[in-house]
Order: sequence, then C-alpha cells, then structure tokens
Amino acid sequence: MAEEVVTFHRQSKNTLRVLIKGDWNISFGLQNPSRFLAHLKSNPETSHVELNASQLGRWDSSLVSYVVALNALVREHQLALNLSQLPEGIVRLVALAEAVPERVGVAKRGIKPDLVETVGQYAINLYSQFMAFVTFFGEAILSIGRMFKGKAVFRRQDFGIFLQDAGPASLGIVTIISVLMGMILAFVGAVQLEKFGASIYVASLVGLAMAREMAAMMTAIIMSGRTGAAYAAQLGSMQVNEEVDALKTMGVSPVDFLVLPRMLALVLMMPLLTVYANLMGILGGALVSITMLDLTWSMYIEQMIATVPLKHFLIGLFKSLIFGILVALSGCYMGMNSGRSASAVGQATTNAVVLGIVLIIVFDSIVTIVTTVLGV
Amino acid sequence: MKAHIRVRDLTMTYGDKLIQQNLSFDVNHNDIFIIMGGSGCGKSTLLKHMIGLYQPSEGEIFVDDNSLWHVAAQQRQQMMQHFGVSYQAGALVSSLTLLENVGMPLELYTKLLPKEVEELARLKLSMVGLAGFGDYYPSEISGGMLKRAALARAIALDPDILFFDEPSAGLDPISARLLDDLILELSASMKATIVIVTHELASIFAIGTNSVFLDVDTKTMLTTGNPNELLKSCDDERVQLFLRRGEVRKGDVANV
Repeated sequence: MAEEVVTFHRQSKNTLRVLIKGDWNISFGLQNPSRFLAHLKSNPETSHVELNASQLGRWDSSLVSYVVALNALVREHQLALNLSQLPEGIVRLVALAEAVPERVGVAKRGIKPDLVETVGQYAINLYSQFMAFVTFFGEAILSIGRMFKGKAVFRRQDFGIFLQDAGPASLGIVTIISVLMGMILAFVGAVQLEKFGASIYVASLVGLAMAREMAAMMTAIIMSGRTGAAYAAQLGSMQVNEEVDALKTMGVSPVDFLVLPRMLALVLMMPLLTVYANLMGILGGALVSITMLDLTWSMYIEQMIATVPLKHFLIGLFKSLIFGILVALSGCYMGMNSGRSASAVGQATTNAVVLGIVLIIVFDSIVTIVTTVLGV
Repeated sequence: MKAHIRVRDLTMTYGDKLIQQNLSFDVNHNDIFIIMGGSGCGKSTLLKHMIGLYQPSEGEIFVDDNSLWHVAAQQRQQMMQHFGVSYQAGALVSSLTLLENVGMPLELYTKLLPKEVEELARLKLSMVGLAGFGDYYPSEISGGMLKRAALARAIALDPDILFFDEPSAGLDPISARLLDDLILELSASMKATIVIVTHELASIFAIGTNSVFLDVDTKTMLTTGNPNELLKSCDDERVQLFLRRGEVRKGDVANV
C-alpha cells in the first residue's frame, strides 16, 4: 500500500483521534495495531480514543478485525473508546464479534504429555483395544451359537449378496495373482534346480509351496484388501448414519444382523477360493515348466502327485478357514468401532486391512512352528 | 437498481426426471430471499443450480448481469468466490479444526500470512458466538454450533451473496431464532444478499423480504414476492395452505 490507511492525530491533551481512510480489503493484508499501541505509550495521559471514518472507502472484515483489536487494547488500558463516527455496519459487526465472550475453560490447553504419560496412554489404549477385540470375538461366537439354535436374525438376501461378493466376484483377481504366483515360484525354482539337472523338482516345489502356504495366504491377503476393507467401510458408514443404533432399538443384534452373514460368507468362500487358487498356481507353474524346462504335462503332474502328499493341501485348507474368520473379524470389528466422521471411516478401513494382514501372517507363523515341532 | 441474481426460464432435471420448469424470478440487492415449498419439490436443487454446482438443462442464471453458466469454468469459479454457502448438515471438513475450516477459503483465495488467516478466522468464529472453540473438531461440537461454524466459513471471504440450505433445520426454537437474528444482523451490516432454502414458517415471516414458492405437483413456481404480502394477498390456495400450516383461510370456510 502506498498510502497510509490509518493516521493518528492528537485532538487535545487526553484525546487520541484515529483517522481511518481509503479502501480496506483483506487482499491487502491486515493492519497491525502496534502503531496505535506506540501512540498510547508515548502519551500516558490519553484517556479517550476516537475513531473517525469520514474518508473511508470500501471496507470488509480487515477493518472489523482492526477495530476489534483496537477495542481490546483500549479495554486493556482502561480508556474510553468512541465508535460513533464509524459506519453503522462496522459498529454492529464489532458488537457481534464481542457479544459472546469466550467462556472460561472452553479453549483446549496445549499441554504436551511427557514420555511416561505417552507410553502409559499408549499401553492403556492398546489394552482396551485388545479387550474390545476379544469381546467382539466373543460376541461373534455367541452369535454363531444363536444361528445354530435358529435364533439369529439376518436377511437371507443379504447373505446371498455377501456370498456372491466374497466368492465369484473375487475370482478374477484371485486368478491373476495365483497364476503369477505359480509362475514366480517355478522361475525361482528353475534357476536353482537346473544347475543340478533336477528341473523335474520344480513341480514338487510349486505344488508344495502353493498347497501348504501360498494359495491360502495370498487369497487371504487379497480378501483382506478387497472384502475386509469393504466390510469396514460399509459398517463404518452405517455407524455414521446411525443405522447400527436403529437396529439396536428395533431389538436386532447388530452382530447377528450385520457381522454374522458377512463372516459366514467369507468363511464359506475362503476355502473354495483357496482350492481354486491352488489349481491356478499349479497351472502357472506348469506354463513355465513346459515352456522353459522342456517338461511335459504328464511329467509335471505325475511328479507333483508323487512328491506332494495330500496332507499339505489339507493344512492349507485348514489355514484358509481360519484366515476367513480373521479377515471377517478384523473388517467387521474395525467397522463396528469406527468413529462417526468421514476420516474415521477411512481410518477404520485402513486399520481393518492392516489388522487383517498382521493376523494372517501371525497365525500362519504359529501354524508353521507347531507343525514343524509336531513333524506334520 | 438492477436485480442481483436473475433466474430466467430455468428448467432443472436429474437425467430424464423433471424437477422444476419455467422458473423466472429476481433476487434484489440486500434481499433476504426465501426459496420455499413442500418437501421434495426441488428447493435444494434450485439452490445448487444458483451456486453453480448443477448445470441447468434449460434457461439462464445471471449474477450481476453475468451469465453463471454460459462462461468458461474458470470464470464461473471466480464468480463462485463471491458466494458463501452454508450446507444443510454443515459440511465442515471433519479432519480439520474449526479454525482451519474457516481459514481454508482465506488460505486459498487471499495472500494473507498464516498469522493473519488465523486472526481473521478467530474473528469470524467469534462473530457467530464460537469464540474459544477454534481448536475443536467438527465431531466434538453440537449440531447448533456446527451450523454456526458453517456460517463462519461461509462469511470468511466477505461474500456478496450468502446461500443457506435449511439453516435452522434440526435446531431447537431458541437456537433457530438466534441463528435467524444472526443472519439478519450479518445481512444488515455486511450488505450481502441472502438466499435461504427453508420451510420454517417462523423464519420465513420473520426475516424474508422476498421469496419464490415451488410446487411439487405442477413442477413449477406458483408465485414470487414478499412472504408477508403473499400471506395477505396471494390468491393461490396451495400457497395459502403452506403459509398457514395447512389451515384454511377464515374467509374461505364459508365457501367450503
């Protein structure tokens, strides 16, 4: 700004006149009341302050902000302020801004917690979250009990939709990932085994790895990102819309109505998807073996049948069943305990996928250790 | 003086579904303009056409003689900067504090320093009676406070036109009244034109200076004018029924 928009004039010994002029617009920036303060300090006898806007042009909030700041300073120094020569609009806006003073104790105090407090709070949160998850798990088991007694209320159509979504609708992505997984395993194996002239063992490697570990685990991770996340988002938005509360008031258990069909659908579909993933993985391995290693279909299949016993396949199937429960539980748990805002639902979805994948890997490790110790 | 907003032969549709047709009315400078009508008649849709969110399927909307829709998107964006909008449920960004919510338009469209943005945002919050709540998140305050915070955000840039979608819906009568007073006070002191969608009769008569009445059956406007005068002199039964909360006019009882 070239021109001063505020000038100070001394009317009499005890009266300071503040002349406000020109155009005031927030795009010019805000005026700092420090010059006004300096004038007050240089003349301690000042007892009256008068604002005059006779040369004021267009104005907006930047002026209101300035007058409010002056007013606060004047009050602090216990002086009298005369606003009567300002346009009515400004006086009313200033009055509006000061009509409801800040209530004591409302403002949040920014006390930074120390390290001990932070760690303690974290531990308490972790514990209460763990307890909440265990409680949720318990409720889900009770709900399954009610289902067997025929007392659980949920809609058959919903169940059908969830089955469709967790099963056939996931075939595409499971196909791609499993075929590629089988190909990768075969490639890795081929590079090493060819050196020893043992390329036929690629079939054993692919069969064993897919049946026992990869088919179940990859399917579970896909389903965690696909269906587990969807469950968390669905239930989270239902929480936001108070749909969950509405179900409770209608006497319907939200766990029965919302969680049970989702969990059942995933638990039923996961082993089926795993069987399918096994087939696709073996197919992927065969493609590499036949094109790169000069094996034939029959050699590949016979080698696999001869060296991979059915028990590995059953272990994989058992794991997939548990993975289904874990993915459904973490998705539904995070959704049901979501906060009631858009960002909270996003957070719940993220947490559902993270928790799902962690649970899958942890459970898988446990099974691996136990079966190794038992020699299965 | 020329009208601030002129709507001419406006037809609104959702896909093939007709919402309203042949709407023509003027919103004058400093009007508190009420869009009224029964539920589902397209009041909020009309508002969203006027603020430049939905494109009319036919007709024109002029703001200060400039067409809102027959211009490049960038120009429309510039026109929209002079609008302040307060949505039905507040529509504050849930991941930001109230201070950040109110400060956002200032950050985006002015070159103010962060400290100045904060100062102005605090001023706007104190204008709507929320001094001290700047560090709260939208999920931590009540519905009435949410509406006032939304109002603070709407007035952040000192808009020429303020749009409200059902400002007092869901508020208790006292809060609704206080909000009405606040809107009146702001319109008088900021010299802004105000457009309000509402069916709160108390608000309509208390603050409205001009209005348009949309009908759900005929899918067009029935009348436009000052609601208090419509109550006295409008001959249309449907308008009278609405303005009298479904009670028949005394003079008409004999005819029934």
